[in-house]
Amino acid sequence: MTAYLLKRLVIAAITLVLASMVVFAVLQVVPGDPARLMLGMNASAEQVEMLRSQLGLNDPLVLRYLHWAIGLLHLDFGRSYTYSVPVLDLVRERIVVSLPLALIALALSTAIAIPVGLYSASRRGRAGDVIAMGVSQVGVAVPNFWFALLLIYLFAVWLRWVPAGGFAGWKAGAWPALKSLLLPAVALALPQAAILARVTRQALLEVLSEDYIRTARAKGMPYRAVLWRHALRNALIPVLTIMGLQFAFLLAGTVIIENVFYLPGLGRLVFQAITQRDLIVVESVVMLLVAAVIAVNLLVDLSYALVDPRLRSRE
Amino acid sequence: MTAGLLEIRDLSLAIGGHPILKGVDLSIGQGEVMGLVGESGSGKSMTALTVMRLLPFSARATGSVRFDGIDLLAATEDQMCALRGDDIGMVFQEPMTALNPVKTIGEQVAEGIRLHTGAARAEAEERARKMLDRVGLPAEKFPLSRYPHELSGGQRQRVVIAIACALKPKLLIADEPTTALDVVLQKQILELLKDLVRENHMGLLLISHDLAVVTEMADRITILRRGEVMEEGETARVLSEQVHPYTRQLAQASMHVPKRRALSPLEEEMAPKATEGVASGGTSNPIPRPVETTLSILPDISPSRGERTPLLAVKSVSRLYPGRRLSLFRRDTPVYAVDDVSLSIAPGHSVALVGRSGCGKSTLARMILALDKPTSGEIRFCGQAITGKAEADLKSARRDMQVVFQDPYGSFDPRQKVERLVTEPLHLLEKRPSHAERREMAAHALAEVGLSASDLDKYPHEFSGGQRQRLSIARAIITRPKLVVADEPVSALDVSIRAQILDLFADLNNRLGVAYLFITHDLTVARAITDEVLVMHEGRIVERGVTKDVLDHPQSDAAQALVEAAPDLHRAIARKMQEQG
Amino acid sequence: MTLQTQVPERRLTDAIGKALANRSFAIGLFIALLVAGTALLSFVWTPYDVTKLVIADKQQAPSWLHWFGTDHFGRDILSMIMVGSRNSLAVALVAVGIGMGLGVPLGCLAAARGGLLDEALMRLNDLVFAFPALLSAIMITAIFGPGAINAIIAIGIFNVPVFARVARAGALSIWPREFILAARAAGKGGTAITVEHILPNIATLLMVQGTIQFALGILAEAGLSYLGLGAQPPMPSWGRMLFDAQTKMAIAPWMAIFPGLAIVVTVLGLNLLGDGIADLIDPKARRQR
Repeated sequence: MTAYLLKRLVIAAITLVLASMVVFAVLQVVPGDPARLMLGMNASAEQVEMLRSQLGLNDPLVLRYLHWAIGLLHLDFGRSYTYSVPVLDLVRERIVVSLPLALIALALSTAIAIPVGLYSASRRGRAGDVIAMGVSQVGVAVPNFWFALLLIYLFAVWLRWVPAGGFAGWKAGAWPALKSLLLPAVALALPQAAILARVTRQALLEVLSEDYIRTARAKGMPYRAVLWRHALRNALIPVLTIMGLQFAFLLAGTVIIENVFYLPGLGRLVFQAITQRDLIVVESVVMLLVAAVIAVNLLVDLSYALVDPRLRSRE
Repeated sequence: MTAGLLEIRDLSLAIGGHPILKGVDLSIGQGEVMGLVGESGSGKSMTALTVMRLLPFSARATGSVRFDGIDLLAATEDQMCALRGDDIGMVFQEPMTALNPVKTIGEQVAEGIRLHTGAARAEAEERARKMLDRVGLPAEKFPLSRYPHELSGGQRQRVVIAIACALKPKLLIADEPTTALDVVLQKQILELLKDLVRENHMGLLLISHDLAVVTEMADRITILRRGEVMEEGETARVLSEQVHPYTRQLAQASMHVPKRRALSPLEEEMAPKATEGVASGGTSNPIPRPVETTLSILPDISPSRGERTPLLAVKSVSRLYPGRRLSLFRRDTPVYAVDDVSLSIAPGHSVALVGRSGCGKSTLARMILALDKPTSGEIRFCGQAITGKAEADLKSARRDMQVVFQDPYGSFDPRQKVERLVTEPLHLLEKRPSHAERREMAAHALAEVGLSASDLDKYPHEFSGGQRQRLSIARAIITRPKLVVADEPVSALDVSIRAQILDLFADLNNRLGVAYLFITHDLTVARAITDEVLVMHEGRIVERGVTKDVLDHPQSDAAQALVEAAPDLHRAIARKMQEQG
Repeated sequence: MTLQTQVPERRLTDAIGKALANRSFAIGLFIALLVAGTALLSFVWTPYDVTKLVIADKQQAPSWLHWFGTDHFGRDILSMIMVGSRNSLAVALVAVGIGMGLGVPLGCLAAARGGLLDEALMRLNDLVFAFPALLSAIMITAIFGPGAINAIIAIGIFNVPVFARVARAGALSIWPREFILAARAAGKGGTAITVEHILPNIATLLMVQGTIQFALGILAEAGLSYLGLGAQPPMPSWGRMLFDAQTKMAIAPWMAIFPGLAIVVTVLGLNLLGDGIADLIDPKARRQR
C-alpha cells in the first residue's frame, strides 16, 4: 500500500516539475518583448532595457526558471504586465468563479450519469436502456458552447428565468451568484454526463459477464442486489478513470463557457491574458490548472487502491 | 431411488434458436452422486445452468425439472433466489475468476448465510469461519479478511466450495470443479467434495469430461453427447459392460495408448536405472547436485549416426525470478523457478517432463526454446551452445527445434490464413523458398498431419480444436526439426480427439524420427507416448528414468504423489466393481 | 475454377450485408458519406457564393430560397455550412493522422521493448495528459497565431498520447499470446512480429479510436474557431458561425441552430460509425474503450 502510494506521489511530483519546465519553455519562444508591451510603443530603448533588467528578463534561462518555480512554491506568481497587480490577487478574484463552476458541473454530471448508467445496465436491451443510450449518444456529440447558446436562448431570452450572462458576485449573497452559475454548469455538465453514463453502463455490463457474478447469483442473490453489491464496486475503476479525465476537460471547458456567459473566471482571465500577451498571467494560471489536473489524477490513483485490494498489496 | 431429489424429464433447451439439449432425462436421489459425462459441446454445463435457472436470456427450455417437489422451470425468480445457495449449491470450473476480487473471502462466504438465514453479521461470520475451517482453510493462515488474489487456485476452489456448501444444500452441482487444477489438487478437492456430500447427505451432480474422475466418484453415471443422453445407469455396470458403442468409444479413448516403435534391446540396456543420479525429492535441505546423465543414446535414426553427443544437453540451468516487491526499496527473497537442472535428450527419443502446476516445467521449456534466458547454466543443442547467443546466431538451432503449445485457440494469429501460419518458420531456412515452394511445403506438412491442401486458404477459426492442434503440429514439423517441445499439447482436447493427436505424435516420431520433450501434468499422456520421464518438483528434477519404471515404481515423494493422484480408468472401474458388486 | 472465383465474391457480399444490418454502422456510414460528399460538392457547387455579402438579404429566416436562412451579412447559411465542413473535416482528419502516425509506433515500441523505455514513454504520456488539451490548444494557437494549420498541430499533439496508450494497451494484450511465442520460436524479431502480428490484431482498436478522435477533433476545432483561433474569415467555419450567432440569438436564432446541428450530426455519425466497426469486426474491441 505505502509503496503504491509513494510511487504515485513520486510520479505526480515528477510530472509536475516536467510540466512546469514545458510551460516555461513554451512561453520563452513566444514572439514579442513583455517589457516593450508593458511600456507601449513610445518608450525609449533605455526605458525598455531598464524594465527588462528590473523584471529579470536578462538573466540566464535556468536562473529565470528557478526564480519563477521557487516563486510558485511560495505562491508568488509575480506581477501581471497589463494589470500591474500581483497575479495571485487576480487568481484569487477569479478562482471563486471557476472552481465552484467546475465542481458544480462535476457533481451534476456524476449525479446524472451514475444512476442512468445503473438503470441502463440493469434493463439492458429494453426500452428504457435504448432510449437512455440514444439520448446519451446524441449528448456526446453536442458541443458544450452550442448547448450553452441554446440554453441562453431558452431560459434567458425566451423564459427570462436567469440572466443571459455575467456574474452577480458572491457579495450579493449565495443565491444570485449560484443562479448565474447554473446555466454554465448545466452546459458543461450534460455532454460530460452523457459520456460518463455510457462508460458506467459499459463497465457494469462487462463486470456482469464475469464468473464471480454467476457465483453471487448461485448464492441466491437477486439480480438487483448483485448489481449493487458486486458489480458496482468492480465497475468503479473505469468510471473513476473517466471522471479524472473529465475534470481536466471541465477545466478547459471553462475557458469557452466563461466566454459564452461573460463570467469573470480563470478561463476568461487566461484567454484575455493570451490575447494581451500577459505571459506571466498565462504561465501562472496554466501551471495552476495543470497542478489541479495532476492532483486530481493522484486522487483517482489513490481511490483505485481504496476500491481494489489487489493494488494495495502489489508493489 | 423412489424419492428423487432432482427429476429431469424430457428436458429440451434451445439458445437463440440453436438446439442444445434434446429430451434429456436425469434423476438424482438424496445423498446420491450422479456423474454427468460428455465431451465439449455435449450440453452438460447447460443442464446444470438449467437447474440453477442461470441460463442466458435467449434460452428456451421445455420439459420438466422438479427439485424436491418444486417445478423449477415454472418457479418465479424470487422462488429461485430462495432455492439457490440454500437448497442447491454450485461449484464452478474456473476458481481464478469465480470470486469477486474486491471482497474478502469472509464477506463472500457470509453473504449467502446472511441472505438466507437473516443472521446478524457476527453470527454469519462465525458460521463462515467454521465452514472455511471445514474445507481446509484454517483461521491462522486464512483469516476471513483475506482477499481472493492472496490465495492459490486450489485454495480459491475451496472457498467456492465453502460458499456452495455453507447452508448444507440438498443438492450440490459441481461443474468441472477440478479441470483447472493439477492432478494432486484435483484429488484433494474431489476427496473434500466426497466427504462433504457424505457428511451432509447431499445429492451431488458431478459434471466432468474425465471418465476416470467420474467413475471414481459417482454412484450412477449419465453419458451425454450432443445434447442427448446416450446411456445411464450404475457406474460399475455401465463401464464394465460398455454396452453402448459411444460409452465404449469414450472408455477406449481414455485408455488409449498409441502404437509406438518399441525401444530396441540395446537401448533398454543403455537406459539408466530410474534412481541413478537423482536426489530424493521433497527434502528442503541442500542436496547434492544431480549427476548429469544421458538417458539414452539412439544411433539408428539420427543423421549423426554413431555420434554420442546428445541432441539436447541442459547443464545445471537455473532461472531466478526477483522477489515480490515489498516496498520501494525492499524485495522478497528471489525465487528459483528452475533450480540447477540438468538433462539430456538423445536424437529421436521422446521424453516427458512431468510435475505439478508451478513446478517450473514451462519456464524450463522456454529456456530450452531460447525464449527466456537462464540465470546460470548452459544449454547445448546439437552440440552448439544456445545460451547467450544473439537472435541471428540462433537460426539453425531454431530451425531444428520447434514448439507446440497447449491452447489450440491461442496459438494462431486469427488474422492470418493457414498457409502463412504454417510456413512462418520457413524464413529460418538458409535459402528462402519461392512462393510456389512455400505452398508446396505447406501442403506437404498438412498432408503429414492428416489435413488437406484445400485447408491452406482457410482462417484458423474455421477449424475445430483438434484440427487446430494438427495445424500447430504441421507448423512445428515444416522445417523438419530434430526436436519438438510440446507444452501440454493435448490437455485442452476432448478424449477422443486427444487419442488421435497422441497417435499423430507417435506416428511422426516413428516416421520422421523427431525427438519430443513433452511437458505435462497428465501421467496417462506421459505413459502413452514417452520413453523416459523426468519428474520436476519446486524447480528441481527429483526423479528420472524409463517411463514405465518411474510410473509403476515411483521413488521420490513428488513422483509418488503424482502417480497416486492421477485418475486411472482401469483402477477406478476395478474399485467401483468391488463397491457396487 | 469457377468455384474459386465465386467464393471470395460471395464472402464479400455477405460481409457487406452483415455490415449494413448493423444499425449503428449503417447510420454512421450514411452520415459520414453525406458529410464527406457535401464537403466535396462544396468545391464545385454551393447554392450561393459565400464570399459575396448581400446586406439587403441579411438575417433572413429559413425559407425556400435560403433553407437555413441567412446571416448578418446576408450570406446563405447552408452554403456556409457546406464550405465550413471542409475545414472541420480536414483539421480533424489531419490531426488524427498526426496522432496515429506518431502515437501508434511509440505505443508499439513501448510494448515491444518494455522496461525503462516503456516507463519513460508512459511518463511522457502522463505529462501530456496533465495539460487540459483544449486549454493547451488555445495556448498554442494563441501564441503561434490563429489559423487552421496551428489548430491542426495543437489538436494533433494531444492525439499522440491517446493513440500511444491505446496501441500500447492493445499490443500488451497480444504479446503474451501463444501465437507470438510461436512466432518467436520461429525466429521472428520484435519488428517483424509487430508488423505481421501485432498491428493487424490491434487495427480494429485503432480504427475505433480513430473515429472517436476524429469526432473529438471536430468538436475541438469548433471550440477553437468559436474563440477566433481556428480558420480565419472570410473562410467560413462552423465554430466561427456560432460565435457570430451569439449576439444575434434573440433575433436570428437559426444562425446558431443550423451550424450547431451540423456539428452534432457529424460527430454523432462518426461515433455511430466507430461503435458499428467495433461491433462488427470484433465484439470484444468495444470493451477496451
